[in-house]
Amino acid sequence: MDFENFSAGTSIMHAADVRLKLIGALFFSVVVALCHSLSGAGLALLIGLVLLAGARLAPLQVARRLLLVNLFLLFFWGTLPFSAAGPAFDFGLLHISQAGVRLATLVTLKTNAIIMVFLALVATSSMVAIGHGLAALRLPNRLCVLLLFTYRYIFVLQQEYQRLRRAALLRGFVPATSLHTYRTYGNLLGMTLVKSWQRGIRVQQAMQLRGFQGRFYLLTPPAVRGRDWLLFVLLLTAASAVAVTELTSRAGGCP
Amino acid sequence: MHLAEGILSGPVLLGGAVLAAVGTGIGLRKIDQERLMTTALLSAAFFVASLVHVPVGPGSVHLLLNGLMALLLGWGCVPAILVALVLQAVFFQFGGFTVLGVNVVIIAGAGLLGSCMFRSRLADAKGRAVAAFMAGFLSVALAALFMAVALVTTNQNFLVTARVVFVAHLPVMVVEGAITMFVVGFLAKVQPEILGLDGSLIKKEE
Repeated sequence: MDFENFSAGTSIMHAADVRLKLIGALFFSVVVALCHSLSGAGLALLIGLVLLAGARLAPLQVARRLLLVNLFLLFFWGTLPFSAAGPAFDFGLLHISQAGVRLATLVTLKTNAIIMVFLALVATSSMVAIGHGLAALRLPNRLCVLLLFTYRYIFVLQQEYQRLRRAALLRGFVPATSLHTYRTYGNLLGMTLVKSWQRGIRVQQAMQLRGFQGRFYLLTPPAVRGRDWLLFVLLLTAASAVAVTELTSRAGGCP
Repeated sequence: MHLAEGILSGPVLLGGAVLAAVGTGIGLRKIDQERLMTTALLSAAFFVASLVHVPVGPGSVHLLLNGLMALLLGWGCVPAILVALVLQAVFFQFGGFTVLGVNVVIIAGAGLLGSCMFRSRLADAKGRAVAAFMAGFLSVALAALFMAVALVTTNQNFLVTARVVFVAHLPVMVVEGAITMFVVGFLAKVQPEILGLDGSLIKKEE
């Protein structure tokens, strides 16, 4: 399983303070999500590409992620151009709606732009850093502890599940579309849940024994450096540029 | 079952975010310090389960298990699902910040609504299988419905897309119902406390 492929690295994006990256990414995503114009969404995509280049991630893995998201978007390309109302391009029997093509293009631009910014800013931090960053941003502490512990045990439970599954396969289990298959999966998942629940009780007791008060203490409080602020200001400027492009194109009435 | 970023309109995103925040607040209040670890572990188990592909005909579907989560965790399933979605967003870039609230409402809201009628019937061994099947089935059906509603409220042109989404989830509903039924049957035999059937270790929901 390929988790957290992008969090290790030495680029400016990796080195920047996680809190500023989270706020910047949130701000940028919200601006892009509210775009209706193709020019605004197009500019956002360009900025996304620049940020992604700045993160210097493994290109093949990034391409795979983007491919997956765009496969999901194919679903919109498969329906919208043929179903939307309004004037259409006619090719014999085929009516391709202009509004449908425009909507599908807009969605594709926006989705890719936000994903790129997310990859560049959020996926470049480790989950632990994000969890502590969210707590520092005053999200409910219990939620952040829940996030960090869920993350901590995903890998353990993944191995537990795989062990059960391997045992089933060794005993001749062949998944098919049958009630037997669903019962077997039900038992495998049920056993994983039982194990996770029992482990939860043990972890709870162990933490209690060590005086856990529901809060993590950091030995090195994170510090924001000058270049982090510079990146943050650049992000806000980029997001504002998208917003201005969007508003002018709305005022001008062009797409 | 997620919507990606960049599809929905501002009001839909905002509505989802507000509802998800309220639900998370209620859920966090229900998870006390003693149940925090079991909730985290169950949440991790559900994350793992959601990566499992189950064969259906020539293809395969991946499980959602929102009905089962709501049966096990009650309101606590809202923060648990929120956490799982954050992890999926960071790991796989499925969904992101702006659409997070809507996705929480689609999955957790549907799970709570779909299983609320059946949660109390799990104690009865006779009707347990049917109740669990219905909870799993309805939770996915409602999730598909919520997703369709989110799309259509954004833009009328999404109507056909929304219909395709709903129809595509019909086989998933049946599979989820069956899996939920078998998991609940297994838990009732092996560790009934998880279902709250033997309230010695976990507190009953007030």
